[in-house]
Amino acid sequence: MKITKDDVEYIAHLSRLEVDDALTEKFADQISRTLKYIDKLKDVDVSGVLPASNIVFTTNVLREDVEKESPGPEVTLSNAPERDDDFYTVPRVVG
Amino acid sequence: MDLHELTIHQAEALLKKREISSKELVKALLERIDTFDDTIGAYLTIDEKGALKQAEDADKRLADLTPDAYAADDAPPLLGIPIALKDLLCTKGLKTTCASKILENFVPQYDSFAVSKLKKAGAVILGKTNMDEFAMGSSTENSGFKLTRNPWNPDHIPGGSSGGSAASIAACMATGSLGSDTGGSIRQPASHCGVVGLKPTYGRVSRFGLVSYASSLDQIGPITRDVKDAALMMNVISGHDEMDSTSADIDVPDFTSGLSMFEKNGLKGMKAGIPKEFLSVKGLDPDVEKAFMNSKKILENLGVEIIEVSLPHTEYTIAAYYVIAPSEASSNLARFDGVKYGFRDKTCDNLIDMYKKTKSKGFGNEVQRRIIIGTYALSAGYYDAYYGRASKVRSLIMDDFKNAFKQCDIIISPVAPTPAFKIGEHIDDPLTMYLSDIFTLSANMAGIPGISIPCGLSSKGLPIGLQMMADRFDELSLIRAGYGFEQNVNLSMRFPDLKNLG
Repeated sequence: MKITKDDVEYIAHLSRLEVDDALTEKFADQISRTLKYIDKLKDVDVSGVLPASNIVFTTNVLREDVEKESPGPEVTLSNAPERDDDFYTVPRVVG
Repeated sequence: MDLHELTIHQAEALLKKREISSKELVKALLERIDTFDDTIGAYLTIDEKGALKQAEDADKRLADLTPDAYAADDAPPLLGIPIALKDLLCTKGLKTTCASKILENFVPQYDSFAVSKLKKAGAVILGKTNMDEFAMGSSTENSGFKLTRNPWNPDHIPGGSSGGSAASIAACMATGSLGSDTGGSIRQPASHCGVVGLKPTYGRVSRFGLVSYASSLDQIGPITRDVKDAALMMNVISGHDEMDSTSADIDVPDFTSGLSMFEKNGLKGMKAGIPKEFLSVKGLDPDVEKAFMNSKKILENLGVEIIEVSLPHTEYTIAAYYVIAPSEASSNLARFDGVKYGFRDKTCDNLIDMYKKTKSKGFGNEVQRRIIIGTYALSAGYYDAYYGRASKVRSLIMDDFKNAFKQCDIIISPVAPTPAFKIGEHIDDPLTMYLSDIFTLSANMAGIPGISIPCGLSSKGLPIGLQMMADRFDELSLIRAGYGFEQNVNLSMRFPDLKNLG
């Protein structure tokens, strides 16, 4: 499978990455080669095989819904890049 | 006596006899770090003050312990032992960067499960070690901050992604260390640095507080100077934790019983399988092959029966891994968006642009490459062809191991096809780098434990490791066989000579 520069640009957008022109070209080449290698998975007969996630994680892990003390805003926001009082701030979302 | 060279069990014995203090031990290691780490680059953060304070506390506790408490072995198991931690284990109040610019100033507000267990056991945290950014790599060259050099030859990589932890043990700049292993990241650097690295069974050690790369593959484990030290650390960090839903609610054995099993019964009656598919791997270095064949002979002489086994899907392991790991990574790394913690690019007045600029400036190339592959593999129209299929192939790989372990107790192989390569040799060729993980990836894919033990030196003087793998939750077989092997391998040189590096 070969992916083009346009593909890389589109996937980068989906991933919320901004990749410059030179890097897009490099990625397109490197990722195409990796995907070409990955294509060998098509040779495996997987009919009737369950995915691994269905084999290993077969039971839900549940616990009682018990109230616990919150660490509070000072702890929670201690690594916030920008904050306003007890809130995270982000650039404007709606106009 | 060189304090920096002590193993955990040697240091423990001397501390208990009060022949040395924890502070002396920590000071000796800090001095060693001061002399050599400018060249080796094992550490990202050295907590000198904190370590000395913890050592003083440990010395007080040691002084307070009665001889009876020692006799009854009630002393906390790692009291006063200096430990280095891979920088993706959250440490309360101590910077945890994952070797990424995006977490350059991140200070966790809690300890990871493994770290809190170490602290409870009395360990002294020396600092945080370098790694490939977010554990993505096999050489530690993908660190966002600096290179780590192989203590046996500074022109070579230490392996990765836990390269700093392995180098810290090989260069005697810590007494024990923790790493993490998603596709070989404990075993391969241990092999390249001539030390012991144990990747436990998936679920054996809680991942709570370990920054996630690929959640279904990641596992924390010890990198130490010998097998006994690995068993001692496993005793401390293993166990069920309700904060990690994948942590196994299963009894934890005393891992040092693997050592006594060898001392009592040797290795007689044990069967070791060699997968025939592993021997036809292209690019196996002749020195590695020679060391492996020699290791096989040593095991045979110890009474181990060697048989051939088959892992028919070996050829597809790398391909399936490089779908599953990046897919999980692309999902896990979405959280680094510049909102709640970590770096934020502040030049934008629009949310989407802020996300994009933050991630692109914060993440290095390898991380961005894997996010893109993962996003692609999970995107609409491709999910079944990539992630879905890879996950099914993973089931087949699990079955292969299940069948193999019906015939043998352990599976043996080289750890890596070659000794440590030169710095810069593969940096622009990610696929070649991925292919060097052939022997280690399958243990993560199958969720089984694996250990790397030094088994020789190449003609150029670089260490080579032997890998042993066992069935799920059978670390004891690895410790028994690993210890037996270690006692009989007769390596003339256990530590690199750093004299010219200081």
